Amino acid sequence: MSTESAPAPHGNVAEEQRPRIAVSALATNLREYGLIIALIVIMLFFQFTTSGTLFKPVNLSNLVQQNSFIIVMALGMLLVIVSGYIDLSVGSVAGFIGALAANMMVIWQLGPLSNPLVVSIICLVVGGLIGAAQGYWIAYHRIPSFIVTLAGMLIFRGICQALLGGGSSVGPLPDDFKMLSSGFIPDVIGPLTLIPPTVNAAGKTIMGSGLTLHMTTIVLGLIAVLAYAYFGVRTRRKRERHGYEAEPFALFVVKTLVASALALFLVYEFASYRGLPVVLLVMGVLISLFVFVTKRMTIGRRIYAMGGNAKAAQLSGINTERLTLMVFINMGVLSALGGLIIAARLGQAVPAAGLGSELDVIAAVFIGGASAMGGVGQVIGAVVGGFIMGVMNNGMSIMGVNVDWQQVVKGLVLLGAVIFDVYNKNKA
Amino acid sequence: MAPTILEMRDITKTFPGVKALSNVNLSVEEGEIHAVVGENGAGKSTLMKVLSGVYPSGTYDGQIIFQGQECQFKGIQDSEHKGIVIIHQELALVPMLSIAENIFLGNEHAKFGVIDWDANEERTSALLKKVGLKEDPKTLITNIGVGKQQLVEIAKALSKEVKLLILDEPTASLSEKDSQALLDLLLEFKRQGMTSILISHKLNEINRVADKVTVIRDGRTIETLAKKDISEDRIITSMVGRSLDDRYPPREPDIGEIVFEVKNWSVYHPLHAERQVIKGIDINVRKGEVVGIAGLMGAGRTEFAMSLFGRSYGRRITGEVLLKGKPIDVSSVSKAVQHGIAYVTEDRKTYGLNLIDHIKHNITLANLGGVARHSVIDDMRELAVANDYRKKTNIRASSVYQLTGNLSGGNQQKVVLSKWLFADPDVLILDEPTRGIDVGAKYEIYTIIARLASEGKAIVVISSEMPELLGITDRIYVMNEGRIVGEMPAAEASQEKIMRAIVRGEGKAA
Repeated sequence: MSTESAPAPHGNVAEEQRPRIAVSALATNLREYGLIIALIVIMLFFQFTTSGTLFKPVNLSNLVQQNSFIIVMALGMLLVIVSGYIDLSVGSVAGFIGALAANMMVIWQLGPLSNPLVVSIICLVVGGLIGAAQGYWIAYHRIPSFIVTLAGMLIFRGICQALLGGGSSVGPLPDDFKMLSSGFIPDVIGPLTLIPPTVNAAGKTIMGSGLTLHMTTIVLGLIAVLAYAYFGVRTRRKRERHGYEAEPFALFVVKTLVASALALFLVYEFASYRGLPVVLLVMGVLISLFVFVTKRMTIGRRIYAMGGNAKAAQLSGINTERLTLMVFINMGVLSALGGLIIAARLGQAVPAAGLGSELDVIAAVFIGGASAMGGVGQVIGAVVGGFIMGVMNNGMSIMGVNVDWQQVVKGLVLLGAVIFDVYNKNKA
Repeated sequence: MAPTILEMRDITKTFPGVKALSNVNLSVEEGEIHAVVGENGAGKSTLMKVLSGVYPSGTYDGQIIFQGQECQFKGIQDSEHKGIVIIHQELALVPMLSIAENIFLGNEHAKFGVIDWDANEERTSALLKKVGLKEDPKTLITNIGVGKQQLVEIAKALSKEVKLLILDEPTASLSEKDSQALLDLLLEFKRQGMTSILISHKLNEINRVADKVTVIRDGRTIETLAKKDISEDRIITSMVGRSLDDRYPPREPDIGEIVFEVKNWSVYHPLHAERQVIKGIDINVRKGEVVGIAGLMGAGRTEFAMSLFGRSYGRRITGEVLLKGKPIDVSSVSKAVQHGIAYVTEDRKTYGLNLIDHIKHNITLANLGGVARHSVIDDMRELAVANDYRKKTNIRASSVYQLTGNLSGGNQQKVVLSKWLFADPDVLILDEPTRGIDVGAKYEIYTIIARLASEGKAIVVISSEMPELLGITDRIYVMNEGRIVGEMPAAEASQEKIMRAIVRGEGKAA
């Protein structure tokens, strides 16, 4: 560095560097969006091999409902892994919370406390307490998280099974509660019926004589897309006003258009079925919240600093113990939410609920580009990683691939994704 | 005269950008204890690494002649095979293995990979007797003190049929009693005909055991003194007598009232509860003043600074810290920072930077509140701050989005400095602020220090480079073995005076 020559006068540099900036912006963006492109490619592949079943509205709804708990837990796991820890207990905690919720609603007569909403809130608090209990040992006694949460995995699976009285399941759960997973948002605007058969964006004629659109979904989708475009433009303006170069305008436009088109396509698909699944809305809100926390809030920044160099973070005045505790409390709450979603989808609590899902959650985070050493990883990456796993599960199931071989393929994808990441990093 | 066992001729070793050794000559006679002395960073350890093959032949220029043969060691195995064994300052023992296992690690008495434990332990007992250590060979390393561990290292060396034993600062972390025992052992080995090289800067020890002393300074051999010529004065002059061609930015000190005061500060070792590392230190720093803390490695300066800064080092910390006359609570880093104290670490890679994140995020880390409102970071403000400090401290990088892990040492140091400048402290403690950075960057760091002082900040500089302290400070404390052993205005100080204070301090502790 010290041999570098002094920067040349300003105007000159800007001219010379323009093409280089464009190229490097494209390169960094490609890496950033590579994962999303991979997801799209995988979806197109299964669309082809399942003769168009994958993108059918009913299947997309299923796909979201089947995988939402993985993605919800992956949000918490991302923070855990970025902090430099791991949590193996999330599947068991989810199972335990499902059992607890089912017992509270069905078996134990708790009066008003058996109300699904009250039960859900209590369960989230219990999840937070579980996270705090595990996080306490990890943060303040420096017991390796692998060991603490391995113990938690055994403990909570055991309690889950005990609560369910051995091998039996508890149910059926109230319909109100099941809405969390299998419900759709109500159409407050009213449906719009399009009489003539139309061609959808996938280029195929919709079967049946007509098409009814869930207008609330359409309106919500349009608002979301417009907001996305608006905030994109605003951030860009702000950067320019402060005199910092933004990414090239053409790239920005293409990016925004492609993302909006994709979003609108999905919105249309959902609208032509029964509308937006409730769980997708919950997930969407959580994803936005976690993107905001990790990108814009001081606590998010501190988590990345702690994962990148815990000692340096500590010597910069960051209370790493408390931060670790909070990361695990957050994980506990999200595990509990995951457990509620699983129970709501099955309509009952079963002893095997969430069994092995910790591995899917961890895999989603690593496929999404997080580093096992901590300090690196993005929320969007984890979400896309979760969807990649979900689409593969779904697509291979429709294709009739044996469950055993599904595991093999998922394992290979995980290994491949991480090898690709490491290779890229070494090249850079 | 005994025959020469080792001769190193014209050894030159360069690292990227630095000439660590330049035509160094060292000649050791059979059966003597040969001391190698020099300041920190003079090149002693580098020379020993060349000799033991840590830097393989081909990566340096010059010849090594051992027992009349020219040697080209490719690695430590080669030199150990010839009987040259080095014991590093940081002991290379596996804590959770037993003494016997450590001594024969990689060299076990075994048949077809099956270890013969009886043979190992028998030999270990014999070796332990030789070094005078009464411990069961099955005892785990972690359960014995540093002094005994040092003896295990020596026993390990003996197990390799050592002809030339090299000890790198063997007594640096030992108590007075253990040090004496170790030196006695060296004299005993000498009677048995073994040759040793002792690297040390404790002149009283050298006086006691060495037959010859070679002084190294700035990567060059200055002179080799025979027993009759060894005197502290002579060695000190030889060690520090470099030409002062370093330049320091001019400064007009404007010194005000006392801002920062530490009273009767004591700290115990975090692991060895009975070892007192800092022994009742009192210091004070005035507004606009640059105060230096001189001392040799292991004097306890970093431990002192880190224990002050949110108890980041040590246990059973007692004493008082006053800011502008009022006692303040520095029991956590964030409290210390809130009170306007900043500590810039000596080890920027381990304690100073998040190397996998970029410059911007590193600069704002200690004062995120300064770029955020209601815990939401204002991107543009953060970018402006980062660019501002990048300009102020002249960080050379393509942009503030460059990863700090890819910067040179000098620029990394400027990022760490920027981080603490942005936290806007009243008291700035700089620990070895110019370690491992080139001359140009050093000058820039000195300039920043001078500017901060003129802005009225109280600055403490810990440094092992005495010319640096003389060049940039107003007042110097000399620290040794956890105590302040001298205090002098920089104008009246000299390297000799500082060295003398250290040496006298050592005498007192004995």
